Amino acid sequence: MTEPQRPNPDALLAAIQREEQTTRRGELKIFFGMCPGVGKTYAMLRAAQQRKAEGADLVVGVVETHGRLETLALVAGLEVIPRKQIDYRGVTLTEMDIDAILTRRPKLVLVDELAHTNAPGARHPKRYQDVLELLDAGINVFTTLNVQHLESRNDLVQQFTGVAVRETVPDSVLDQADDIELIDITPDGLRQRLTEGKVYLGERAATAAENYFREENLTALREMALRSTTERVDRELRDVMRAKRLGGRASGQRLAVAVGPSPFSAALIRRTRRIVSTMDASWIAIYVETSVSLDEDAKLRLTKNLSLARQLGAEIVMTRGDDIIEAILTTAREQKVTQLVVGRPVGNRLVEILRGGSLVSKLVRRGGDIDIHVIRAERSGGGRAPSVVQLLGLHLGRDFGWGLITVAAVTAVSWFLQKLAGYQAIGILYMLTVVVLATLLNRWAVLFVATLSALVWDFLFVPPAFTFHIDSVQDKMMFAMYFVVAVVVGRLTGRLRTREIAERKRDQRTQALNRLLETVAASTSLDDSLRRAAREVDTVFHAHTVVLLGGDDGIKLEPVPHPVSTFSADEREIAVATWAFGKRQAAGRFTDTLPNAAALYLPLETSKGALGVLGVNCGERVTLTLDERELLETFAAQIAALVERYRLLDNASAARLTAESERLHRTLLDSVSHELKTPLAVIEAATDGLDEQLADAGVPLAKTFLDEIKQANKRLNRVVSNLLDMTRIETGRLPLNREWCEPVELLRSAVEQVSNEISAERIRIHAPADLPLVRLDVGLLEQSLCNLLNNAVAYSPAGAPIELAAQLEEKTLVLSVADHGVGLGPGEEKKVFEKFYRGPHARPGGAGLGLSIVQGFVKAHNGTISAENNTGGGAKFTLRLPVETAIKPA
Amino acid sequence: MKPIVMVIDDEPPIRRLLRLTLEPQGYIVCEAESGQLGLQEAAAKRPNVILLDLGLPDLDGLTVLKRLREWSQTPVIVLTVRDSEADKVAALDNGADDYLTKPFSAAELLARLRAVQRRAPEAQEEPVRVIGELQVDFVGHSVKVRNREVSLTATEFALLRMLAQHAGKVVTHKHLLRTVWGPNAEEQSQYLRVYITHLRKKLETDSGKKLIQTESGIGYRLLAPD
Repeated sequence: MTEPQRPNPDALLAAIQREEQTTRRGELKIFFGMCPGVGKTYAMLRAAQQRKAEGADLVVGVVETHGRLETLALVAGLEVIPRKQIDYRGVTLTEMDIDAILTRRPKLVLVDELAHTNAPGARHPKRYQDVLELLDAGINVFTTLNVQHLESRNDLVQQFTGVAVRETVPDSVLDQADDIELIDITPDGLRQRLTEGKVYLGERAATAAENYFREENLTALREMALRSTTERVDRELRDVMRAKRLGGRASGQRLAVAVGPSPFSAALIRRTRRIVSTMDASWIAIYVETSVSLDEDAKLRLTKNLSLARQLGAEIVMTRGDDIIEAILTTAREQKVTQLVVGRPVGNRLVEILRGGSLVSKLVRRGGDIDIHVIRAERSGGGRAPSVVQLLGLHLGRDFGWGLITVAAVTAVSWFLQKLAGYQAIGILYMLTVVVLATLLNRWAVLFVATLSALVWDFLFVPPAFTFHIDSVQDKMMFAMYFVVAVVVGRLTGRLRTREIAERKRDQRTQALNRLLETVAASTSLDDSLRRAAREVDTVFHAHTVVLLGGDDGIKLEPVPHPVSTFSADEREIAVATWAFGKRQAAGRFTDTLPNAAALYLPLETSKGALGVLGVNCGERVTLTLDERELLETFAAQIAALVERYRLLDNASAARLTAESERLHRTLLDSVSHELKTPLAVIEAATDGLDEQLADAGVPLAKTFLDEIKQANKRLNRVVSNLLDMTRIETGRLPLNREWCEPVELLRSAVEQVSNEISAERIRIHAPADLPLVRLDVGLLEQSLCNLLNNAVAYSPAGAPIELAAQLEEKTLVLSVADHGVGLGPGEEKKVFEKFYRGPHARPGGAGLGLSIVQGFVKAHNGTISAENNTGGGAKFTLRLPVETAIKPA
Repeated sequence: MKPIVMVIDDEPPIRRLLRLTLEPQGYIVCEAESGQLGLQEAAAKRPNVILLDLGLPDLDGLTVLKRLREWSQTPVIVLTVRDSEADKVAALDNGADDYLTKPFSAAELLARLRAVQRRAPEAQEEPVRVIGELQVDFVGHSVKVRNREVSLTATEFALLRMLAQHAGKVVTHKHLLRTVWGPNAEEQSQYLRVYITHLRKKLETDSGKKLIQTESGIGYRLLAPD
């Protein structure tokens, strides 16, 4: 038989809980204002008090009262979660205790100042990340936010007010809010409050009024706050219209912004986001990775720019290619982009000319049907303007040095040679130098060398010597050729080298991956292959790794590093890994979550979920390049696939084992059943045959004996059946065959089954007429009822009625069998269900198994059975079975 | 001509007893002690009914049934000591006509034998079937109980038609669902429950006698008085 194995209920429950957690996200309400002092915290606390009055389970995660009395009064009566103390370089800082809130699990938590930056060492660098985690956990959050903290408004605010705001919140958080309440106050009103000391206390109020709280600032900020809110309302309206098909349609626009390591990119990204939000469009950020290697600063800026774009809701698309324009346009077309946003670099005409026309004009030329927005790029957020050199990301110094030295050496040699060879041969010598250097140095250094040697040659060797003047046409041509040769050769070799570098990089990656796959293929066990994989990661990344695997249930991470790990993760590190595992997100070093950790933790994820965590400790390194990160993720994916493979193998062999023992059990039970029942069948048939013959023969005593045999046989048959049923129950081999049935029909067929022993008139059936269909194992329940009916008869006086009832209580089918017999003795209510227990009034016969079997069958339905004495005398057995119901169609 | 009953069972006492029970009732009994022999004998002797034990030592009873059904439509009654409904349903779905669970009484056996013979393949499809007090007119789509017209809905009639055509024999849930509601309804046993209830109310209240018997976990049987 291929009865499916019943799933472990614990695992099921856990899976359901996990499901619930992922599906039910908390709701976010933001109290939004133009600047401090408008009364956001106050409004939030008022709302909280009201909720509390309505009976909501809420706590205060963190609220800054700034010593304002009205605010302080509103906190009173609310449960406040104590803040967590974090030691940082000898100073004790306090932060919201997110773990305490998660453990407490309130319905609603108040978290003031969404834009707050957490102390180093807290779980997330930013408070809004804490809030997102709370929401993920299904907890509703009230929070407050000022417009100047909004990422996309950040640079505008800086322009208006001249104050740089470092604490920002991505716009996506605002987009996620289920509700935004704008706390508005007129600038005059606010200034009034300021002077009354309701915003800042004492001295600070005066300075604030003169600086930040100037009338024009407030007006600008207010307008911005209003606009942010209106835009959102607009968007909601559009959504509603679309949902109701009122004609409002999505703009169908898709924007792309080209992002690079340049500091201008950030402003460009913010501008794009603003365009996007007014247009109701989707957007992507395109980054083109060229073979030119970036220095550390540029890498950092790039990572920042990309994560800014991600935070603002863009999808990041990375592509490779040395022709930036082509790469951008190809990607844009692939992504069905309708509008492309690029920056117009300020200044640096030189770069543009050297590149053969500006990027922008090329884009416009080749853009086809994609609209191009050219935006005057402004530098934002720190970082000095990049020089030409920086923009190109080249290490020029070294190459220029070598060029200079070589030219000097050649000049020295030529000085001695000029008498022998003449100035024209020396010109060729210089040219040779340029060509040779072109293969070694980068393009700009070659150009420099070409210019320098041309000038030196002209100045020192071409007559008239020591002037830049050139007499003959031939020499002028020679001079011009220097440039042409230098540029052409430089360009050609440059391309060759670029390709070579890219090739080598690709090669390294393929090789690393190949090695991983090969070593893994050669492995014999999970441990062995993990060891090899970990070693491979160690060599490729010059790092130490730790591997943590999920438990068999797939829900919890085993808090013990796998023995193959090459660095020992302490409790703190394991906590980071557990977070990464639970959230299926990278955490730790180089990420936004717990960046203070020693290692980067990547979840080992497959389509079926996370199987473990790979931790990589890269020592003192500050960043991982995009390439390395990508490679590491590929490694993690490979390791995950590997773990999954071995897990599946394990499962398959376990399943085989279960199936085998199942089969064995069944064969045994079947053959025992066969052996016991065959003789019974023979006796039954034989007595039947005899009966007919005796009826004719007329031997009175023989007939009596025969009846005795028949009775005994029936009893034996019942005992054997009971014993076999008991065995099935005890070995857990009781697959339920649920089917729809009518409760009344079930009762009737049980009555019919026992009709040989109990006349149907004795049994009274009580059931409401409108019982719906229920789903259960009819065979087992019918037998249960038969056992109970037989039991009832055995303990009641002859002819006394038996009550059989069915009713539905919510989703529970309640069946009961009541007799008018002697009832249960004290303490018998539980005992009657014990195996081989027989009541003091039991008639001879029966092994005391009937009721235990009923209990077994009922338990298989996750139901309960109880016994009690009827008020009118006699015993009453009640079965309560949780069931699916279906309303009877009329 | 006396009907031939073929007994395929590995237990000699059972075979002996069946012979003793059946021969006085006018049957010719032939025996086979294994599945292989049973198949050969069945081909040679062309029995009218086969009694097949599901627990055979050489071949699984179900396999014997499947092989038999490749070339023969001889009615088969399955004998089993297995309690599992699933086994019985599997046998019925693979072409068995009815089943008996050991131990069974002689009366039960004889009733089953009569029922399956009645519906032997050569039996013509009669336009009207009379089963005790029930009269089903397949052509005129009408039903009478004790000569009194009973009005049935189309589905109720289709269901009764299936049961009447196999009167005295068990018809599995799956079979009823497939033939009355179509192949997609095989899992919708709640339909069946509801309509059987309706049918019972309409047919049984009139006669006071039970007409449709529930075979728990397997199907329904329209009781046919002999």
